[in-house]
Amino acid sequence: MSAMFSFRRLMAIISKESIQMRRDRITFAMVLGVPLIQLVLFGFAINNDPKGLPAALVTTSQDHYTRAMVSAIENTGYYRFDHVVASAAVAERLIQSGAVSFVVTVPSDFARRVQRGDHPQILIEADATDPSVASGAISTLGTVAAQALLRGQSAEALAAEQSTAALEVVVHRLYNPEGITQYNIVPGLLGVILQLTMVMMTSMALTRETERGTMENLLAMPASPLEIMLGKVLPFLVIGGVQVVAVLTAAKFLLNVPFVGSLTLLLVSIFIFVLALVLLGYAFSTPARTQIQAMQLTFFFFLPSLLLTGFMFPYRGMPDWAQVLGEIFPLTHFLRIIRAVMLKGADLQGVATPLAALMIFVAVFTLLALMRFPRTLD
Amino acid sequence: MNAIEVSGLVKRFGDKTVVDHVSMSVAEGEISGFLGPNGSGKTTTIRVMCGLLTPDEGEGRVLDHDIRSEGLRIKREVGYMTQKFSFYEDLSIEENLTFVARLYDLDPVSVRDTLEDLGPTSRRKQLAGTLSGGWKQRLALAACIMHRPKLLLLDEPTAGVDPKARREFWDEIHMRASAGLTVLVSTHYMDEAERCHRIHYISYGKLLASGSVAEVIRDAALTTFVMEGDDITRAAKLLQGRNGVDQVAPFGLTLHVVGRDGVALEAAVADVAAETGVAYKQGSTSLEDVFIQFMGQSTDNMA
Repeated sequence: MSAMFSFRRLMAIISKESIQMRRDRITFAMVLGVPLIQLVLFGFAINNDPKGLPAALVTTSQDHYTRAMVSAIENTGYYRFDHVVASAAVAERLIQSGAVSFVVTVPSDFARRVQRGDHPQILIEADATDPSVASGAISTLGTVAAQALLRGQSAEALAAEQSTAALEVVVHRLYNPEGITQYNIVPGLLGVILQLTMVMMTSMALTRETERGTMENLLAMPASPLEIMLGKVLPFLVIGGVQVVAVLTAAKFLLNVPFVGSLTLLLVSIFIFVLALVLLGYAFSTPARTQIQAMQLTFFFFLPSLLLTGFMFPYRGMPDWAQVLGEIFPLTHFLRIIRAVMLKGADLQGVATPLAALMIFVAVFTLLALMRFPRTLD
Repeated sequence: MNAIEVSGLVKRFGDKTVVDHVSMSVAEGEISGFLGPNGSGKTTTIRVMCGLLTPDEGEGRVLDHDIRSEGLRIKREVGYMTQKFSFYEDLSIEENLTFVARLYDLDPVSVRDTLEDLGPTSRRKQLAGTLSGGWKQRLALAACIMHRPKLLLLDEPTAGVDPKARREFWDEIHMRASAGLTVLVSTHYMDEAERCHRIHYISYGKLLASGSVAEVIRDAALTTFVMEGDDITRAAKLLQGRNGVDQVAPFGLTLHVVGRDGVALEAAVADVAAETGVAYKQGSTSLEDVFIQFMGQSTDNMA
């Protein structure tokens, strides 16, 4: 039997950890409950591209130009005209109270101006307190308005108008043509769930030994740091595996998120990612004296990671310094991999850079964990 | 060969010296008591001996292994029972023992034997956290000696344990020692100190005395008078602060007066006895008298 490593001692620690994990019902429930709740919330409740938003229409005329314009706006799917009012003051109260998100004003001389070819205008006021609510709805309007007017005009005018359109911009929304938020969120969610539960549970499992005073006893017995570390980490890899299967299955069958890439490549990446997380949790646990501290450290890490990794907000939209900061989170790299593999069908070459980054994390965290591990109580 | 042989051990935490040049030895098969007030450095010294802490200065060999470089070997041959119960409260008795047995690479039979020794098999599935203090202590001891260590380090093993369990515990320790086990046990209790072959007294990190109980009492060179009478309360008041009087302590209906300077002490006692009309005679100094003397002196040193 080697002094530094024995498979039997490792198994002893693993089975002890597994029993403790099973006994700790609340944590156990959390580990399986958190992914499911988050999946349902993010999968069904969150939408970055909201449609059917309440709107008020301010109009006094009933000519066919106005009607064509209003129905075209409605047909974009973003607007739902709940209120048709005659005065701007009433409409203002509606948008201020939040009853509507938009006020569309068609001036009474709209039809006359169209006929005269005299720069017809309509006014759309959007409640931009939440920019993401307004952006999708507004962006569609330019083309919609032009087309609606064309349809309303005579054939000659139509031909004349088309001849002037020298430039046409064609946009293809690749990988997610309908712009469905879930396609972006759900793969990212797997990363977030793994990050939260793996880091927290590992750091707490080790801190528990310090907090309850069992670490002194464990260190007084012949278990090497490597055995203790592996014994603590491996059970959590299994838990992580359960979470991965649950989320991927739900993504496929419940939320119909497409999966175009290689499952093997994804699973390998997930394994490396989880390994990095568990080791990070292990490193977190070494300065923490109590489980509360370990938890606080986890959240200190977790919250900025939600904002800076591109999970919630576009990574490219952040200023340079924030993007640099984002690179220090394993989640950033994992999100690049999982979105590329699941949605874009990327191959190994396509994700080589983020994958290499994850491996560097694993190496650094392993070193950190082994170096920081208390061989003694000093 | 001595089971424990350490010299000049120093351990500091920050700028606080917790163990201050401690040298001591424990012979094989001996039960050694480790005494001293709270915070005197007993636990730290024990932790240094079993390789849980690295000394800042000094050398030592435990079971002929170097405490600095051969920590793993020491761990395998030493049983260490921590002051606070430090087995897993969310594991059952049996699961705790199995875990320990597997860490030491023991045969599963040893778990079964230990469980039988512990008593009623109905308890084996009980979670350790729900056990009484006495049972926790029995479990901890059983787990510490399951791998048949040559040296047992016990850190205040009987704190919070009832007298009957304490008695049984000491019977067990003596039985093991007669079979060749060396024991170093730290304690507050005088009756437990008197059950040890040798004692070591440590205070504020300094080892003040070592030897058998009789030797320690003799070396302290204290004189004790026992006063008896109706007016001992007044006598006690009058004796306080008198030249030669170091301790005045009521014991039931008698008063123990202890001092280092026998002549001055007797003069003071005779004086007070004449004034209050209580009788006095020379008594034997107890271990407790010696320890209280030590504690008073070392506080003086610190001040």
